[in-house]
Amino acid sequence: MRRYIARQLVQLVVVILGISVLAFVILHVLGDPVLLLLPQNAGKEEFERYRHLLGLDRPLYVQYWKFLSGAVVGDFGKSWYADTPAFKLVLERMPPTIYLTFAGLLVALLISLPLGILAALKRHTWLDNLCTAVAVAGQAMPLFWLGIMLIIVFAVRLKVLPASGYGTWQNFLLPSFCLGAALAPITMRLVRSGVIEVMNMEFIKTARAKGLSEPFVVVKHAFRNACIPVITVLGLQFGQLLGGAIITETVFAWPGVATLTVESIRNQDFPVVQCAVILLALVIVAVNLVVDLAVGFIDPRIRAGA
Amino acid sequence: MKAASAPTKLALADLEDVPIQTPSAGQAALRRLLRLRWGLAAGGILLLIVACSVLAPWISPHDPLAVNIRHRLAPPAWMEGGTTQHLLGTDPVGRDLLSRMIYGGRVSLVIGVAAVILSATIGVLLGLGAGYVGGATDWTIMTIINVMLTFPFVLLALAVIAVLGPSLVNMIIVLGVAGWPIYARVVRAEAMALREREFVLAGRALGMSHVRIVFRQILPNLVSAIVVIATLQVAQVIILESFLSFLGLGIQPPTPAWGNMLGEGRVYMLNSWWIAAFPGLAIFVTTLAINLMGNALRDWLDPHMKL
Repeated sequence: MRRYIARQLVQLVVVILGISVLAFVILHVLGDPVLLLLPQNAGKEEFERYRHLLGLDRPLYVQYWKFLSGAVVGDFGKSWYADTPAFKLVLERMPPTIYLTFAGLLVALLISLPLGILAALKRHTWLDNLCTAVAVAGQAMPLFWLGIMLIIVFAVRLKVLPASGYGTWQNFLLPSFCLGAALAPITMRLVRSGVIEVMNMEFIKTARAKGLSEPFVVVKHAFRNACIPVITVLGLQFGQLLGGAIITETVFAWPGVATLTVESIRNQDFPVVQCAVILLALVIVAVNLVVDLAVGFIDPRIRAGA
Repeated sequence: MKAASAPTKLALADLEDVPIQTPSAGQAALRRLLRLRWGLAAGGILLLIVACSVLAPWISPHDPLAVNIRHRLAPPAWMEGGTTQHLLGTDPVGRDLLSRMIYGGRVSLVIGVAAVILSATIGVLLGLGAGYVGGATDWTIMTIINVMLTFPFVLLALAVIAVLGPSLVNMIIVLGVAGWPIYARVVRAEAMALREREFVLAGRALGMSHVRIVFRQILPNLVSAIVVIATLQVAQVIILESFLSFLGLGIQPPTPAWGNMLGEGRVYMLNSWWIAAFPGLAIFVTTLAINLMGNALRDWLDPHMKL
């Protein structure tokens, strides 16, 4: 187990370094910060002065080192727009994003677990086919369109739920349903195939032969074992989930990191964009690590094989 | 993960519960044919959408950019106040929604196909390199893949577009470069397995060069997997492209694109739902058709493919 953790940690550090390079490259190699900062009619000397001031005339690896050593202690520079540290701005917006992500995950599980198990138990019946059809349609649904349709139906027409805003539980309903509905199809298919696979295994027959009731067999024996692949894939999907949260936030004007990022992109406020990108990536990496360790802990075969 | 959880089964007593891997041949063929029919129907719809986009100048009832203030915010023809002149209604400046939707498909399809070709090319080359060469090359490429897959695709595209500025070519480049890891991962795994097979070893023994082996012996075995992934990826790219346009960071108005129409319609959703609803429906139908076709293609090319 210790070697497994060590290997995971090394990979983690490499991935984080890679992400920092990516975030650095996006701003410093693809774009010229000075060009974005100064007005178009600024003189040549002015450009040079600012370049020197920001250290942009030094070699790239020196700049990267400066960026990285700052980032490690949470110093991503000041926002060009709001004159507060970028790190503080992003950190303030983190909780709503995390709440939304978990609410979405919860909704996805509430939809996909019962339907997935049902589809697996009633395999090749109309019920199974219906679930699969809904899942296929759900996977093709653009998240932002679903969000807007939800707003039109529930907020504009029926006037039962708020279209945007943050704070009360009603505010959570539409966005978390939107996000959950996006994640549910793939989860449902995983649960279905997981349960089908497990239901064919020897210990299920043993459990039935012992005379246990069918619901008990399904919940206690089959479902538990079907959970392992589901947890793994959900962990890997966490990046996608957060990506979905980004889209959902922009549709419902949710005051999270994603709205901040989009605002900052519009304002060309790159320290904030960089900081948000790196912090979100860190969250994803951390979740992946926890999932890997949890699965390795539950299932010894994986830690030996990986 | 798959290998670790493969069940050891002796399902003699309980034939009904024999897993799906071994249904009777006739049943399997029937199921495949059924799914293929879905695929054909989806392909037909897709062909229709492509034809509409290509023939847009001839079939669209109005000029997609023609402003007509007097007819602004007209509802669809079947609603009260709608006219048959504008079947799907008009937008806030009186442009015909149907015509804009027909033209809007062009952008999405061009970006979808071009970006997928770009990312498939990069992904296949790097995947072949990683899988065939192995060692440090493999490690480096796998690390890059892990970094890219950790990163939410949306965020990456947003950040890069913000720096490069929105334009058709930039969108193709960004979506193309962001999408390659999926191909690379599958190609790498397959190339690694194929590298040890007899026909490759035989090729080596006959004195074939590595390049020749990779492109003439390994790559042809991967074509069906690549085609299936590429088909499914077109849908993903279209969704992402429309999202960027929806945020105003993609295709810029007045050029009609499903995404930016949806973005414009969002402002008016209080009274004029159709402006946002129809472009979104177009995206949905297109991606659904592509997904169904991709699934059917997979069944047809190789039912055992795990993607």
